[in-house]
Amino acid sequence: MTVPALEVEGLRHGYGGNRLALEDVGFRVMPGAFTCLLGPNGAGKSTLFALATGLLRPADGRVRIHGHDIVQAPGKALAELGVVFQQPTLDLDLTVLQNLRYFAALHGIGRREADRRIETELTRLSLFERRGEKLRALNGGHRRRVEIARALLHRPTLLLLDEPTVGLDIPARRTLIRHVHALCAEDGIAVLWATHLIDEIDPVTDHVVVLHRGRVRASGPVATVNAETGCATVAESFDRLTAARPAAVEAAA
Amino acid sequence: MTGRQLRTWGIAFQGIVAREVLRFIHQRERFLGALVRPLVWLFVFAAGFRAALGIAIIPPYETYIPYEVYIVPGLIGMIQLFNGMQGSLSMVYDREMGSMRILLTSPLPRAFLLVARLLGGVVVSVLQVAAFLLIVRLYGIDLPAWAPLTVLPALLLNGLMLGALGMVLASTIRQLENFAGVMNFVVFPLFFLSSALYPLYRMEEAGPLLWWLCSLNPFTHGVELIRFALYGRIDGLALAVVTGATLLFAALAVRGYSPARGMGSRAPSAAG
Repeated sequence: MTVPALEVEGLRHGYGGNRLALEDVGFRVMPGAFTCLLGPNGAGKSTLFALATGLLRPADGRVRIHGHDIVQAPGKALAELGVVFQQPTLDLDLTVLQNLRYFAALHGIGRREADRRIETELTRLSLFERRGEKLRALNGGHRRRVEIARALLHRPTLLLLDEPTVGLDIPARRTLIRHVHALCAEDGIAVLWATHLIDEIDPVTDHVVVLHRGRVRASGPVATVNAETGCATVAESFDRLTAARPAAVEAAA
Repeated sequence: MTGRQLRTWGIAFQGIVAREVLRFIHQRERFLGALVRPLVWLFVFAAGFRAALGIAIIPPYETYIPYEVYIVPGLIGMIQLFNGMQGSLSMVYDREMGSMRILLTSPLPRAFLLVARLLGGVVVSVLQVAAFLLIVRLYGIDLPAWAPLTVLPALLLNGLMLGALGMVLASTIRQLENFAGVMNFVVFPLFFLSSALYPLYRMEEAGPLLWWLCSLNPFTHGVELIRFALYGRIDGLALAVVTGATLLFAALAVRGYSPARGMGSRAPSAAG
């Protein structure tokens, strides 16, 4: 039996008070699958990412990365994980190369091997020539690409991307989505891509997890979710499962 | 721990320290600021007060010394104090800007990562002190030739104590905007209620309460540790207090550090 790249089970988390950011969230991402975590703003996507990366501890439930529990075995779990956070996390005062070397060191990759991997990843993203430039000099699209190159340096088997196309123009968005799809297809990396933009989903190949008000409303291949909701497109399914959901169905859920 | 694990930790440690040093080098204003502050005190304050503030013969000095000589350890302490607070500011900034998340999603233990980050800050403070000592020497202040070497262990320990204190503060500060309070409520009291600018016997003459406050201030002991180390000597009490305070602050810092701080307040918008 194949071990899921990411397994989320009964996850619950709140930020104090009565409001729960996530409640009984569960889904799986299998190796090589491109899964979109789809939800409107405030659905709980970033909270889920913080829990999946061990930055927050869940009130209840489990996150396993290739079978390693993020709370009980954080070292093994994080070694398998590459992350691109919604908020840019590069050091603007350092060069592309310095940023990437720093990250490689955090994963215990020696200088020679780090430089070799950096060259591979930057070449793949057409950024190798700009390795000596400070991040401050790069535009938003290029910075995002550097973040993706960085997230792949330690050869993770699961890549989490939290709204990675925020602030990018349409060509840059397309390039990024194409590149990450290629990572799934060619390298077998599992991807969880959080977004609230329906047009970032490939209805043929992608899986979706629809998150709304901290709960999973549907999950599976796009065709399966559409069949469950009785809709023709993922956009219609999303409307039905989230904002445009009839009140009676909402109450029954 | 296996050899491979040890190597991994070593590489990570080097990487974290190198990043702190690179950031410092890239931020030229920070480097200049770190030097100008103690130099103004040395060239202006110490020169002006030379006549007014006579210093009796007190250990580790074996003769009467000019006020500029007395104030040098205090100014070294000042460099490390401000660097520790700068480290805390930088940590709050990194947390707000998100780059702290990259450090904390490394597969290595969080306590190790935070201590490595702390040591990175200490290395930066030692570089600042080295530049300061060079200028002090060029200015003509007489220090033992081997002082830069003998003072090194004291600098590392004092830098660790102040960096750990800065980290404790970073754990308690919710937002970058609240950082100004640190200057008013931490840096100034620590500096002025210490032996950095005047010997403790002067404080005793001024009043017992002030003397007690200065004696209990760990920064006083940090300055005294440096003062004695410059002359190749060890102040046992200072060493004990600074070591104890370092362990206490480091434990509090690692225990109190929460990557979720600052995240909770933004949760509704960041909750995506």
